[in-house]
Amino acid sequence: MPIAGKKALTFQELLFTLQKFWAERGCVLQQPYDLEVGAGTMSPDTFLRVLGPKPIRIAYAQPSRRPADGRYGENPNRLFRHTQLQVILKPPPEFVQEVYLQSLVAIGIDLAEHDIKFEEDNWEWPVGGAWGVGWQVMLDGQEITQFTYFQQCGGMDLDPISGEITYGLERIAQFLQDVDSIYDIVWSRDPDTGAELTYGDVRLHEEEQFSSYSFDYADVPKLWQHLELYETECKDLLSKWNEFSKEHERITKEAESLTDPRVVLTYDYVKNRRFPTMGAYELALKCSHTFNLLDARGAISVTERVGVMARIRTLIVGVAKVYAEQERLKARA
Amino acid sequence: MADLLFEIGLEEVPARMIAAAEAELLRRTVALLGRERLLPVGFDELSGAKSYSTPRRLAVLVKGVLARQEDVSEEVVGPAVKIAFKDGVAGPAAEAFAKKNGVAVGDLKIVTTPKGEYIAATSVKPGRSAAEVIASELAKEVGAMYWAKNMRWIPNEALKFVRPVLWLVCLLGEDVVPVSFGGRTAGRATFGHRVLSTGEAFEIVSPDSYEAQLAGEYVMVDVEARRHRIRKALDKVTRAVAGARWREDEPLVDQVTHLTEWPDVLLGEFETAYLELPEEVLVTVMRDHQKYFAVESADRKLANYFLAVLNIALTESNAPVIKQGNERVLRARFNDARFFWEFDQRTPLVERVKLLENVTFQKDLGSYAEKSERVRVLAAKLAEVVPGVDTAALDEAARLAKTDLTAELVKEFTELQGVIGGLYAKAQGVSSVAAEAIYDQYTPASMDDGVPRSVEGALLGIADRADTIAGMFGLGMEPTGSKDPFALRRAANGIVKILAESELPLTLSTVVGLAAKDEATAAKMMAFFRERVEFYLREVGGQAYDVVAAVMAAGADDVRDVIARSEAVSAARGGEDFAAVSAAFKRMKNILAQAKYELPETYDCWFETGSPEAELGNKASEVARQVDRLSRERNYGAALTAIASLRAEVDMFFDKVMVMDTDLKMREAKLMLLATIVRNFSGIADFSEIVTAG
Repeated sequence: MPIAGKKALTFQELLFTLQKFWAERGCVLQQPYDLEVGAGTMSPDTFLRVLGPKPIRIAYAQPSRRPADGRYGENPNRLFRHTQLQVILKPPPEFVQEVYLQSLVAIGIDLAEHDIKFEEDNWEWPVGGAWGVGWQVMLDGQEITQFTYFQQCGGMDLDPISGEITYGLERIAQFLQDVDSIYDIVWSRDPDTGAELTYGDVRLHEEEQFSSYSFDYADVPKLWQHLELYETECKDLLSKWNEFSKEHERITKEAESLTDPRVVLTYDYVKNRRFPTMGAYELALKCSHTFNLLDARGAISVTERVGVMARIRTLIVGVAKVYAEQERLKARA
Repeated sequence: MADLLFEIGLEEVPARMIAAAEAELLRRTVALLGRERLLPVGFDELSGAKSYSTPRRLAVLVKGVLARQEDVSEEVVGPAVKIAFKDGVAGPAAEAFAKKNGVAVGDLKIVTTPKGEYIAATSVKPGRSAAEVIASELAKEVGAMYWAKNMRWIPNEALKFVRPVLWLVCLLGEDVVPVSFGGRTAGRATFGHRVLSTGEAFEIVSPDSYEAQLAGEYVMVDVEARRHRIRKALDKVTRAVAGARWREDEPLVDQVTHLTEWPDVLLGEFETAYLELPEEVLVTVMRDHQKYFAVESADRKLANYFLAVLNIALTESNAPVIKQGNERVLRARFNDARFFWEFDQRTPLVERVKLLENVTFQKDLGSYAEKSERVRVLAAKLAEVVPGVDTAALDEAARLAKTDLTAELVKEFTELQGVIGGLYAKAQGVSSVAAEAIYDQYTPASMDDGVPRSVEGALLGIADRADTIAGMFGLGMEPTGSKDPFALRRAANGIVKILAESELPLTLSTVVGLAAKDEATAAKMMAFFRERVEFYLREVGGQAYDVVAAVMAAGADDVRDVIARSEAVSAARGGEDFAAVSAAFKRMKNILAQAKYELPETYDCWFETGSPEAELGNKASEVARQVDRLSRERNYGAALTAIASLRAEVDMFFDKVMVMDTDLKMREAKLMLLATIVRNFSGIADFSEIVTAG
């Protein structure tokens, strides 16, 4: 796109600029979550932090893997792994759309020169018991952002709710740089020589190799084994928490029934705080990614699909419930 | 009197919900004012009230709202005189009563009731001001509005609304009424267009300046004006391409009207090479995914242009940028579609039949492979009843019909299932009859849609739907109330429509009998189909309830026959003779019901020659023969005229004859006569169902 007099942002400048923009509006900048996820929403920085009453503003880039979307690097608009910039605002500030539009100005989009629409698009992740209402933000016919007001997560109503802004960085970069193929996006420019590296230079080999891994090489029986191992361990952790939880309940009840003030019953809140709910969540995420690989491999029939998704849902919703309870107990301690 | 303006400023409301919400806000506001006696006598909603909306606001303007409610005076009856007054002097009871009703003791009256004399007071309930009423009541109306999907946004508050409320304006004349809703209190400040206006709030001076002031800030707040501007702009912009016109699409016009505050139209172009892709795919991408209008050239073929409706004014500087952006997006989408189109072709439909074994139709009904097999068998059985079917093509079509569910292009454009299968079949050398049947299998998609072009397409469509309905009914999964998760009503409507609008010699009982696994399922399905036929007669045929009930009573198995009968009855019911005969049928049925009379298996009755009974009997048998012949010719209009010609004899009969004769033998004979008539003339409709005037 011809922005008079100056070059459009490189891919990395785009990321910096958006991160700086949100940092200046009170966001904690977090690093990408170091596990395979399909979307920024699945990072615990979104999925777990939106639970409970504690306010948070956080932003992070999240490489998002979708094995079935890989095209061996041959399709100019589809990727095995794309990058989202995820912003969570809990609770969302007033006139949050205007704040968002200012972020577009920050990356060089002159609002008066474009057609911008907020079109209804409600988000739903049944496996996470999560949904929200919102829009896809359309810029000259291109969807560049998903904007969601989270209403439920882990099957629980959220209060306060969170506003989630998810920028599709590749699409925005394509738009800013006016390139038809993702692989032609300028990723970086050497400040001394002006030499450019493209998205293709940086990532094409990953797309090629991970596409063939997910479609052709991934070992289906072993993937099923992985899935079961991750699932079993996750379930074990969840049932351990249930024991903790029962113990807490028992001690609370006993303490309430005590009449002698000299007797003090204590519950081990440190043990509670250290309970690895996030570990359980990672195991559930592993299951989800393994499922996606099996799916890309064509190894899941439609009939099985529903059943496996229900299994993963049990894990993820289970973790969310534990996390919420753990946070409540922490607040009490 | 003053005008009332109320505006709710919102974050973008979903386009599909706006029209209904705008109408509801208007209806609720006017109803509230009416209920609260704040509208003048003879208030006319059409000229006195108006509503507005854009994606970011809903508003109503009501003219001539009364300044306050009239005072209401009311007579309140108090204690008995003998308790309230002692020797003509007011006691404590009288004083307390007067005080309670705000009158002086001297103003108390005496009323006489059947129970004796009581004191009474005329209490005046002062009317509230309009501002007071609106401030306290309007928010409740807003809170009660219906939304298909709503949200919470205020911490610790249960309030749900479609999207967060950003501002409220409420003016009564030039004064602010501080209505509070959704965490906001109304003032006079509103906002203009997000980008074209300054972005600063500005104040509405008075209700009648609302529309013009918003227009000054680039918001066309009147929906119809916006729609008109869009249509004009589409026309104008298309003129740049010689001989071209934009493809009319009312739902899309509606949608873009509700997506814009200040619309403009952009003409974009794409490479002619994409025109090699099927038109169906191109139009779906443009319309459903991009909300673009398709453009056709003089020969009605798709041209390599599109029209985008924008929410900004085009200028010399922004037009090239916006055009380029939209064109790039469309190109990427078309590229995707082409990629899938070419990718899918590598696995022909024939090879995909096997893949259907892994696609579940329904867990208890098996895979799509099994469904296809059932449909194939059912279609073949139906074809035995229908002359001139290319059975080989039908068989091939049924076998391949569902294979496109495994195609990438269908996964991308689910709304094109069937269509894409048909296109692939054609491209892969499947017979054109089979390809067309596959293409048409989901037609009609709605009651406004057409029916399959060929008899093979019609049979495939019927077999597919009947199999689904029979399968679900067999599992006890019939639709109930508003719950119809498998869209079985739509499936049955499709069958009824195909039977109604094609020439197939198929009855519902044939279809159901061949599809249902047992008698019980068949019976449930028949009842279900009857409802769908009724629905068709009313919604598509536009028939009145009584006509529908009358013709349904005479059977609905043959859909085209019941339609023909309904049309004839509907045309005849205005006639005086017909009305009289209908009324007479009602009378006959009542008499027979009261007498609990049932026609024996064999019977005969004789009346004296020349008697009204004999006249009616003779005329009725003559007419019955005519009606029988005319009905077989489906000339129901003439048959009804013949029935109406019974009027003289019928009238004479009821005039002169006492049916409930004390002579039991005579009574029996007369009842027999009436029962025969009722039976003989019930083949077209149950005339007693017809509602006649008077």
